[in-house]
Amino acid sequence: MLDKVAALGKSVLDTIAGAGQAMVMLLRALIGKPQLRKSWPLLMQQMYSVGVLSLVIIVVSGLFIGMVLGLQGYTILVDFGAEQSLGPMVALSLLRELGPVVTALLFAGRAGSSLTAEIGLMKATEQLSSLEMMAVDPLRRVISPRFWAGFYSMPILAIIFSAVGIYGGYLVGVRWLGVDEGAFWSVMQSNVEWGQDILNGIIKSLVFAFVVTWIALHKGFHCTPTSVGISRATTSTVVTASLAVLGLDFVLTALMFG
Amino acid sequence: MESRNAQLAVGFFVIIGVLALLFLGLRAANTSIGSNGETYKLYAKFDNIGGLKERSPVKVGGVVVGRVSRITLDGDYYEPLVEMTISAKYDEFSNTSSVSVLTSGLLGEQYLGLSPGFIDDTVEMLDDGDYIQDTKSALVLEDLIGQFLFSQGND
Repeated sequence: MLDKVAALGKSVLDTIAGAGQAMVMLLRALIGKPQLRKSWPLLMQQMYSVGVLSLVIIVVSGLFIGMVLGLQGYTILVDFGAEQSLGPMVALSLLRELGPVVTALLFAGRAGSSLTAEIGLMKATEQLSSLEMMAVDPLRRVISPRFWAGFYSMPILAIIFSAVGIYGGYLVGVRWLGVDEGAFWSVMQSNVEWGQDILNGIIKSLVFAFVVTWIALHKGFHCTPTSVGISRATTSTVVTASLAVLGLDFVLTALMFG
Repeated sequence: MESRNAQLAVGFFVIIGVLALLFLGLRAANTSIGSNGETYKLYAKFDNIGGLKERSPVKVGGVVVGRVSRITLDGDYYEPLVEMTISAKYDEFSNTSSVSVLTSGLLGEQYLGLSPGFIDDTVEMLDDGDYIQDTKSALVLEDLIGQFLFSQGND
């Protein structure tokens, strides 16, 4: 009986300690004198591997999600003779919810897991310790450029996702199912607001970018430096980041559109 | 050299992102009224505004000229007071104009229909902050049925 209580206490303490470690890691990585000449090429390299290489999966899934939205929306709306509302339905659901959320989930799976595995392996092969031996701070050299790369890349990916998705909805709705093209765009334009919908979607994806990248880096940096530890850390990155994104999405939606 | 290729790819990535944002901003969102341009405010009191909301459009003959910017209760009699923000392009409404709460389609959103009034020497133009006196309230289905039953009873 007491053992169980103790186990509960230990897990709570571990969680709090992990959160503290993550916070300290982030603050030490981000606060300090910026060295633009040194960090700029590192940032570019990371934005390439985190952002540019995620482009294909984002574009393809955005196109298909937009097409499915167009198809599903049309079959429901046509019953009410309201197929002109297909445009705003596709655009609003992509800009407000699916764009930021699905991008964050894909990003956690595609880029977050690779960040965790990469840093975990660096730790296991003692590359991080070697950096410290050479008086190079691994937080500044390894963590910081990866964090900023994720933070900048994901909103861009989410915007591309929404734009491609709207085009996919247009392809299915207008080109295939024959919704009037003028009505599709004009009803969309009269319902989508720049500040209310597009800007809030970007704010959402900035929050998700911060959380997903932070979780991925923390799990990698504080993993057990064995092959089992790295595999656990990678799994835990995807699970924790996805749950955090979905939970935060509810809170943000309630704040923005509630 | 590898670093230059990465920079090139990131540059294209950012350009695609900006293009996508432009597409969303110009093609998917409305940029006409509310966000930019000069506006002025008009006020109107109604008995009942029905389902009118803030940001509902104000239309003249179907053309959007402005939006409802605020809805409050005003005065001792708790009358709904609607504040309209009208684009300054349309500033030639006389004070004989009337507004009514209308519905677009059978199930559509409610909006304010503004009908410009006649102009002669005795009427003045509406300026910023003026009240439109002639207002028609929203039709409430229950009231209509009540009136119908009442008039049936009189026959």
